[in-house]
Amino acid sequence: MTEALKLVPKAEAQQSMKDFKSDQEVRWCPGCGDYAILAAVQGFMPELGLAKENIVFVSGIGCSSRFPYYMNTYGMHSIHGRAPAIATGLATSRRDLSVWVVTGDGDALSIGGNHLIHALRRNVNLKILLFNNRIYGLTKGQYSPTSELGKITKSTPMGSLDAPFNPVSLALGAEAGFVARTVDSDRKHLTEVLRQAAQHPGTALVEIYQNCNIFNDGAFEVLKDKQQAEEAVIRLEHGQPIRFGVDRSKGVVRNQATGDLEVVEVTPENEARVLVHDAHSASPTTAFALSRLANPDTLHHTPIGVFRDVQRPVYDTLMADQLETAVEQQGKGDLATLLAGNDTWTVVG
Amino acid sequence: MTSQVSSPAEQADSAEQPGFSPPGAGEEPSRLTGQRGPTANGGSKEVRRLDRVIIRFAGDSGDGMQLTGDRFTSETASFGNDLSTLPNFPAEIRAPAGTLPGVSSFQLHFADHDILTPGDAPNVLVAMNPAALKANLADVPRGAEIIVNTDEFTKRPMAKVGYDTNPLEDGSLDAYNVHPVPLTTLTIEALKEFGLSRKEAERSKNMFALGLLSWMYHRPTESTEAFLRKKFAKKPQIAEANVAAFRAGWNFGETTEDFAVSYEVAPATAAFPPGTYRNISGNLALSYGLIAASRQADLPLYLGSYPITPASDILHELSRHKNFGVRTFQAEDEIAGIGAALGAAFGGALAVTTTSGPGVALKSETIGLAVSLELPLLVVDIQRGGPSTGLPTKTEQADLLQAMYGRNGEAPVPIVAPKTPADCFDAALDAARIALTYRTPVFLLSDGYLANGSEPWRIPEMDELPDLRVQFAAGPNHTLADGTEVFWPYKRDPETLARPWAVPGTPGLEHRIGGIEKQDGTGNISYDPANHDFMVRTRQAKVDGITVPELAVDDPGGQARTLVLGWGSTYGPITAAVRRVRREGGHIAQAHLRHLNPFPANLGQILGNYRRVVVPEMNLGQLATLLRARYLTDVRSYTQVSGMPFKAEQLATVLKEAIDD
Repeated sequence: MTEALKLVPKAEAQQSMKDFKSDQEVRWCPGCGDYAILAAVQGFMPELGLAKENIVFVSGIGCSSRFPYYMNTYGMHSIHGRAPAIATGLATSRRDLSVWVVTGDGDALSIGGNHLIHALRRNVNLKILLFNNRIYGLTKGQYSPTSELGKITKSTPMGSLDAPFNPVSLALGAEAGFVARTVDSDRKHLTEVLRQAAQHPGTALVEIYQNCNIFNDGAFEVLKDKQQAEEAVIRLEHGQPIRFGVDRSKGVVRNQATGDLEVVEVTPENEARVLVHDAHSASPTTAFALSRLANPDTLHHTPIGVFRDVQRPVYDTLMADQLETAVEQQGKGDLATLLAGNDTWTVVG
Repeated sequence: MTSQVSSPAEQADSAEQPGFSPPGAGEEPSRLTGQRGPTANGGSKEVRRLDRVIIRFAGDSGDGMQLTGDRFTSETASFGNDLSTLPNFPAEIRAPAGTLPGVSSFQLHFADHDILTPGDAPNVLVAMNPAALKANLADVPRGAEIIVNTDEFTKRPMAKVGYDTNPLEDGSLDAYNVHPVPLTTLTIEALKEFGLSRKEAERSKNMFALGLLSWMYHRPTESTEAFLRKKFAKKPQIAEANVAAFRAGWNFGETTEDFAVSYEVAPATAAFPPGTYRNISGNLALSYGLIAASRQADLPLYLGSYPITPASDILHELSRHKNFGVRTFQAEDEIAGIGAALGAAFGGALAVTTTSGPGVALKSETIGLAVSLELPLLVVDIQRGGPSTGLPTKTEQADLLQAMYGRNGEAPVPIVAPKTPADCFDAALDAARIALTYRTPVFLLSDGYLANGSEPWRIPEMDELPDLRVQFAAGPNHTLADGTEVFWPYKRDPETLARPWAVPGTPGLEHRIGGIEKQDGTGNISYDPANHDFMVRTRQAKVDGITVPELAVDDPGGQARTLVLGWGSTYGPITAAVRRVRREGGHIAQAHLRHLNPFPANLGQILGNYRRVVVPEMNLGQLATLLRARYLTDVRSYTQVSGMPFKAEQLATVLKEAIDD
């Protein structure tokens, strides 16, 4: 058990997926990718074996942010963009809790962008699940900060003028210690990423490509369709050469001249140059380069998996340590002494 | 030299009864004594006894006037005078040197009796440069003493503030008792043994001035020397230089002929009930009140905050007390500050966010969420001049309506307002009581005047503090029709209408809450029209039903037909004005509101008892608006938004007019 979970009480009995389903009727649109993510999370939770009363899901506003209502744990459906801030207060004051944030591309990257980057740089013990469907669903179909340039939506009839964020790049730039990407429909992969995120001490950001079948259907189809995915998806596994394609015929190598990464047909001559994925690299440089590999228009060469998983001092731990140190140095606080201060006088009746 | 005698009107600030007779009408010095000076050097100087003095230290932002004032205050407090202070400084850290906007001042009023305000007009002005003289002279009554640093009265500094001729020489100060002192030169001279650069030595001139004033008013000096040695513990040479400058100033007063008289102000023994006292500022008292509330509630204190003037000192203070289990989180913005606090409240902490008006605007949505979640949360607003950035370092009471109504939807929030710096301690405990008992966000409305002003405070005994302990929900609280025991997060206490506080980690009480409207009882999402109507009214009823003490009216003769009603930091000037009116035979009743939401239950009846109700406020009549709306009483609003507190004399005039009308 890593530092991330060691203070969280364990469940007394074996849990099942059912234990994590609340009595609330799930109200996402039929066919929404959120169902698959909910099922994967509910299915994964028993594996952690934590007392479910010590698990809290905090969300903001948006379709994905209804998530906590469906988890039979503690939960808060807060206000737009603020979930990381609220969860920070909870996680830093209650280290015996496993705190999860559920957010979307609008919630996390638009109105809540500031809170997201600061949570990441502080490395609070939060697991952030960012459902990215590249559209505003709950407000019925405006472009989001991850929508592609030129996107035609209700608010951009002539095409969006905004260059999109790349959430993985953004998180790496914000000093995140754990950054991963996965896809709603790939339950096995999603679960494996959740597993690694849960064990990570500090903030973990998991971007989940999620299909909005009403306002942006098929946004990630190229990554899901079995045939296309062979060429489009690059599965990152720590310690393994980064290869993909039919018969793993393609690989990622570093361009000797520019230092950038590029995709090549693997040949006996260049096979030794194929990059071996190192999620634990102290430098975020290669992880960042991997995050830029995908073609933003076609999504070809989209890496999924854990980009970066390095240990950094955890904010909550540091905060608790300071409290302990203060007691060691000054003794446990005595209110009467504090109120009196150093400069008093006495009036006798 | 009669400058230091109090005028009869000022005397009237005293609470003492008519048997007390103030000395003459301002012509004579009060009670001459033949005492000798405190040390031997000559020892023949005259000592006069005064009942009260108002001193104003004024200089450039970089001259250390706030520190000087603080030290003089501390000496005065430990001597046992009653006192009240008014720091006044620019928002700029170092405004251009020698300019009018760069002037920083500290006014201190101390007395041998009970006083309520920092005083209207200084008896003594210490002006460290021409800008300080020019910026403050209008407040100084004729005949008062002015101590000036002559070294700064050279051509350029004078020209900078528009003095064409030297005011020390052109006769324009003839009406004052001016003491020209080359403070800079004397300080450098006194420190020449220390091998400091001229610039370094010059920096101690405020301590020279402090020493001089300490001599003039017989202040105890040990605490200042100890303070300097502690403050500069890592730079012993600087510490000793400051001590030397301080002593040189004291000796200068003792030896020079220009200062022929020193003054005594006896301890205010009669003004204070028995007890142990200290001097305390509003922000410090408020910080201590929060720590005390945490102890009395047996809950860890969690502060989520973002730096903002004039509230930052609470963040600074609380961050020093981690050994009390206090967690302070300096967030990325105001919204995250309150967000983190609300998260901690969900987890079972005594949660606080501290800010000023612009920060409240940013926090509004989260305050609304806290109203909907029904979690305890203290929102501390140290009000400053507005709108927008306004006057960051000046005081105002113009956030009352923002606290009352500044949210979307019907989102009632209780409001508590302290009335003096020391009262911030009790107000914090009271706000915590309401938040914890009723599971609601609570506004604590202090202001810049209370935050930075200080006064003596009787330190409470631990057993005087209220019991604030709460019960977390521990098990099911509802039985379904089929007999199943369940937990309903919105099933209310029938008395308080508070909902249960079920913190994560409690088995079996897993539940979800949110900002969407909730079904009564279950807390499940509900869009049902009747339920929403019921929930809106219930949240309002909960706040309306909060128990607050009845409003007390002070009307010693029982004959008053005019009531003056204030709230918050205007208590000092209003009470001082009321004393003046009564001393002159006027009948006036006084009441002061600590609770602005809900109002005390007897407020409406009290308003109805008087022919006229005067409401002084440092805004454009916000309380008056609430009173008119709620009680249909046409109160007379008297307002000032100058960034400065009311003066007692000004309010006394207003009250007399109201009585005579």
